Amino acid sequence: MSDVNAATLADFAASEASPPVRGYWASVGHRLRYDYATLFFLSVIIVVALLAICAPWLAPFDPTKTAMAYRLKPVGFKNFMLGTDDLGRDMLSRLLWGGRTSLIMGMVPVGVATVIGGFLGVLAGFVGGRVNTLIMRAMDIFYAFPSVLLAVAISGTLGGGIKNGMLALTIVFIPPLCRVAESATTLVRGLDFVEAARASGATTLSIILHHVLGNVLSPILIFASSLISVSILLGSGLSFLGLGVEPPTPDWGLMLSALRSGIYIQPLVCALPGVAIFITSLSFNLVSDGLRQAMDVKA
Amino acid sequence: MRLITERPDTRPTPAASRDRGGPQQPILIVNGLRKYFPIKGGLLQRKVAEVKAVDGVDFSVMKGETLGIVGESGCGKSTLARLLMHLIPKDEGELIFDGDPVDDIRGLSLRDLRRDLQMVFQDSYSSLNPRLPIQDSIAYGPRVHGVGKAEAAALAADLLNKVGLRPSMFGARYPHELSGGQRQRVNIARALALDPRMLILDEAVSALDKSVEAQVLNLLSRLKRELNLTYLFISHDLSVVQYVSDRVLVMYLGQVVEIGPVDAIYAAPRHPYTRALLDSRLSMNPLERMSEPPLSGDPPNPVNPPSGCRFRTRCAFAESVCAERQPRLAAADGGAHLVACHMADAESGHGRAGLSAPLH
Amino acid sequence: MWRYAARRILMTIPIALGVSAICYALILLAPGDPIQSMLPPDATPEEVAYLKKAYGFDKPVPVQYFLWLMRALSGDLGASIQTHRPVALEVMTALSNTFIIAVGAVLLAFTLAFVMGTIAAYHVGKPTDRALTGVAVMGVSIPNYWLGIVFIIIFAVKLGVLPATGMGSQGSANFNIFDWAQLKYAVLPILTMAMTPLGIIMRSTRAAVADVLNQDFIQMLRAKGLRPFAVLRHAVRNALPQVLTVMGLQLGYLVGGSILIETIFAWPGTGFLMSKAILTRDVPLLQGAILVLAMAFVTINLAVDLLQAAIDPRIKRA
Repeated sequence: MSDVNAATLADFAASEASPPVRGYWASVGHRLRYDYATLFFLSVIIVVALLAICAPWLAPFDPTKTAMAYRLKPVGFKNFMLGTDDLGRDMLSRLLWGGRTSLIMGMVPVGVATVIGGFLGVLAGFVGGRVNTLIMRAMDIFYAFPSVLLAVAISGTLGGGIKNGMLALTIVFIPPLCRVAESATTLVRGLDFVEAARASGATTLSIILHHVLGNVLSPILIFASSLISVSILLGSGLSFLGLGVEPPTPDWGLMLSALRSGIYIQPLVCALPGVAIFITSLSFNLVSDGLRQAMDVKA
Repeated sequence: MRLITERPDTRPTPAASRDRGGPQQPILIVNGLRKYFPIKGGLLQRKVAEVKAVDGVDFSVMKGETLGIVGESGCGKSTLARLLMHLIPKDEGELIFDGDPVDDIRGLSLRDLRRDLQMVFQDSYSSLNPRLPIQDSIAYGPRVHGVGKAEAAALAADLLNKVGLRPSMFGARYPHELSGGQRQRVNIARALALDPRMLILDEAVSALDKSVEAQVLNLLSRLKRELNLTYLFISHDLSVVQYVSDRVLVMYLGQVVEIGPVDAIYAAPRHPYTRALLDSRLSMNPLERMSEPPLSGDPPNPVNPPSGCRFRTRCAFAESVCAERQPRLAAADGGAHLVACHMADAESGHGRAGLSAPLH
Repeated sequence: MWRYAARRILMTIPIALGVSAICYALILLAPGDPIQSMLPPDATPEEVAYLKKAYGFDKPVPVQYFLWLMRALSGDLGASIQTHRPVALEVMTALSNTFIIAVGAVLLAFTLAFVMGTIAAYHVGKPTDRALTGVAVMGVSIPNYWLGIVFIIIFAVKLGVLPATGMGSQGSANFNIFDWAQLKYAVLPILTMAMTPLGIIMRSTRAAVADVLNQDFIQMLRAKGLRPFAVLRHAVRNALPQVLTVMGLQLGYLVGGSILIETIFAWPGTGFLMSKAILTRDVPLLQGAILVLAMAFVTINLAVDLLQAAIDPRIKRA
C-alpha cells in the first residue's frame, strides 16, 4: 500500500456507507426473495409442473380409457373426483396428463425461439450494416402476420399434430425475440465499454461473449418469459381448433374443444380445462412481471 | 499478504523496451487525416451529403509530452480520438506510431498499436461494463492479449492500487457502486492495463465535479511521471488544458487552426479563433467584465463548411482573400508555433498580413 | 410529413410482397401434391390436368408464384373446393363480419381501459392501482376461447338473455348494428374479444399517463396550483396519441386473430371461414383468407403509423 494519498482515504470513507458488494444476478435473486406475490405464483407453476411430471403415478385412471356408461358425470361422481368427459374418461387423470402437453407446448417453442431469435438478433445488432438489414427485413415480413394467424396458417397447412404445432409456435416467436435481441444489442454496441474492449484489441467473438451477452441477456429473458403465457394460450388454441395435439392424447385445449358440446349438461366439468389453462398462464404472466421488476434495474 | 511488487513481470515486453525510434522520434505522427460521415436521405436512403468531421489534420506528438486539443463541441475532437484508436476507419491519411506506419503491411499491426496506445472515455459509467466487477474489466485487456487468469487478476489489483483504489475493497465492486471519480480512476487503470506508452484522454475529466477533477488530474500527472507516458488530452476546458499541457492544438470545424507551446499560445494567440476562445474564459477579476461575447453564433454546418478559411464567417478581420484561399498551417514565429491564418502569412494579400502582433 | 408518408408507403411494398410469398409458400409446404390439396379427392384426371395447366404447376416455382400473384392482384384467389364459389367473394363477405366484432371489441376495450389505466396511473402503487392492474393481467392471461364458453354458459344457458351462436336470421348480408334483434348476436363475441385488448391497452395507458405525470411540466402545473383533475387532463391529453397507437395495433391483431372466438360463437367472419377451411382441408380458401387477413393487418399498421405521425407533433420523420 505505497500509494495511499488523500483521494484514497476519501474513497475509504465513502465506502463505509456503501452496500455490500453483490453481482447482478445475485441482486436479482435477492430482490425476488422478498417479492412474495411472485414467489407465490412461481410455486403455483412448480406445483403444476410437478403434477404434470408425476402424472403417471398420480393419475387414478388411464386418461384414454373410455367408458360409455360414465359419460359426462359431475364432480365427485363415484371415484371420479373431477367428473368424467364426453367419452366417460376420468377428468382428473386427463387434466394431469394434459398438463404435460400444455406445458411442453408453452415452453419448448419459446425456448427454441429464444435461442434462434436471440442468436439472429445479437448477430444483426452487433454486425449491423447489410447483415442487419437482411435479417431484420426478413423478420418484418413475419411480423406482418398477427401471431394467431401465422400459427394457424403454418399448422393449418402442415396439418395437425404436436410437432407441427410446436414448429408453428416457434416460427411465430422468433421474429419478436429477434427484434428485442437486436435492439438491446444495438443499444449496448454503442456504449463506450464496447469501444474500450475493441480498443484493447479484443476479437468480435470475445466482445460478444464477455461484454454484449451479459448485458442483453436480461431483456431477452424478461421478454421470453412473458411469451410462455402467450405460447400456452396459443398452443391450447391450436389444439382447440384441431391443429395441435391430436386425440386421444390429453391436452387442455383439446379437452376444452371436445367438451364444448357438454357445457349444457355439465358446465362445471367442462370448464375445468379452461381453469387449468387460465391459472397456468396467469401464473407465468405474473412471474414474468415479477422477473421484469427484479431485473429491470441498472444494477 | 504477498507484496504485489514482487510479482514477476511476465508481460510480453515492458513499455520502455518497446521504444524503437529513440527520444527524438515523435511517438505519433498524423498526416492528412480525413474522415467524412455520409448523411443518408431521400426515399431510397442514398448518400446525399457528408459531414466533414475531420478534414486534413496533420500534427505530431513528441515522446513524454502532453498535447492538449481544444475546440468547441462538434469540431471533430472526439472523431479524431476515435480515428487515432482505429475505432472507426479513416477515409484518408497516415498514422505513424514511433516510426512505424500503422495498419500497414510493413508497419505496426492494429493489435500491437492497441498495446501501445490506449484511451480513456468521457462517460465514466457507459465505458465500464455494468455486469462485470471492475477488477474483471481491468483484467480483460491483458486476458485478450494472452495473460493468464491469475496474473491478470494480480495485475488488476496492482493497477487499482496505482490509481488509488484499494483492491480488497473495490476490486469486486460493480460500476454502479462507485462514484464518478472512482469510476474514472477505474477507467484509467483499465487503459493502463496493457502497459501502453501513450494515452488518449477524451474529455476524461470533463464530467467530474471540480474537486474530483483536480484529484484525477493530479493522479494523471503522477502516473505520467511514474510510467513515462505521453498524453493526448482532449478537452473543451481551456483552463484545464493550460494546466496539464506542454503544447496545445486548436481545432475548428475538423481542421487544425493553431498548434504550439502552451505558453506561446495562451500568451499570444495568433489565430483569431484561438484568441476568441481564450477571451471567452471567465476572468477571476470582477473588474474585467465582458461587455460583448468574443465569439458569437454557432459554428457553421460541417456539411457545407465556408469556402477558403472556415472561420471567416465569424471572424472580425475577414477579407475577400479569406473566402478565396484556404490558409495553410505555417510557422508563425520561430519553428514551434504554427497557425493557419492569412494574417500570419506576409504574402497572403490580407490587409493585416505581416503585422508583428496583429491581435493586440 | 408527406415525405415520411411516401417513404412509409413505399416500405410497405416489399413487406406486402414478402407476405404474399409466404402465403404462396404455404401451398408448397402443405403435405402431398399441391394439386391434390386443391382438388376434392374424387377429381377426374381431366380436372387435375386442367388445374395443373391453369395454375402453371408445370413451370418453375418463381414463375408459378408470379402467375399466382398476378391473378391475386386482379382479385382472383381461385375457387373454394367445398362451395365452388370464388374465394375472394367468400373472404370479403366474411371480412366485413369480422370487422363488426373487431371494431366493437376494440372500442369497448379502449373506453374501459383508458379510464382504468388513467385511474391506476393516478394511484400508482396504491391498492386501486394493484386491483386494476390485476384485472388487466387477467385479461391477457385468460384463454378467451374458454371465456367465450363461460359467457355462453352464463348468458345463454343459465340466464337465457343473449343468443349463444350465429348471426341471427338476417345473416350477414344486411346486418344492422342499430337493430337490437340483430345486435344481440354480436354482444357476446364483442365482450369476449375485448378482454385481451382491454388488458394491453390498460397497461399501456397506465404506463403512458404515469410517465407524463412524472415529467417536470406536470410538477409546474401542480406548483401553479391547478386542481388534480385539471392536472390529470393535461397528462391524459399528452398520453393519448401513444395509447391510440396501441389501440390501432390491437384492432389489427383482433381482425387477424379472430379465428378462435368466431369458431366458438359460429360468427360468420374470416376466422370462422378459416376454421371451416381447416376442417375440410379447403386449401385455396384457407390460403385466400390468410392472404387477405395478412394484407388487412399490414394496411391497418400502415394507417396507424401514418395517423400517429399526423397527430403527434414530436414525430417528425423526414
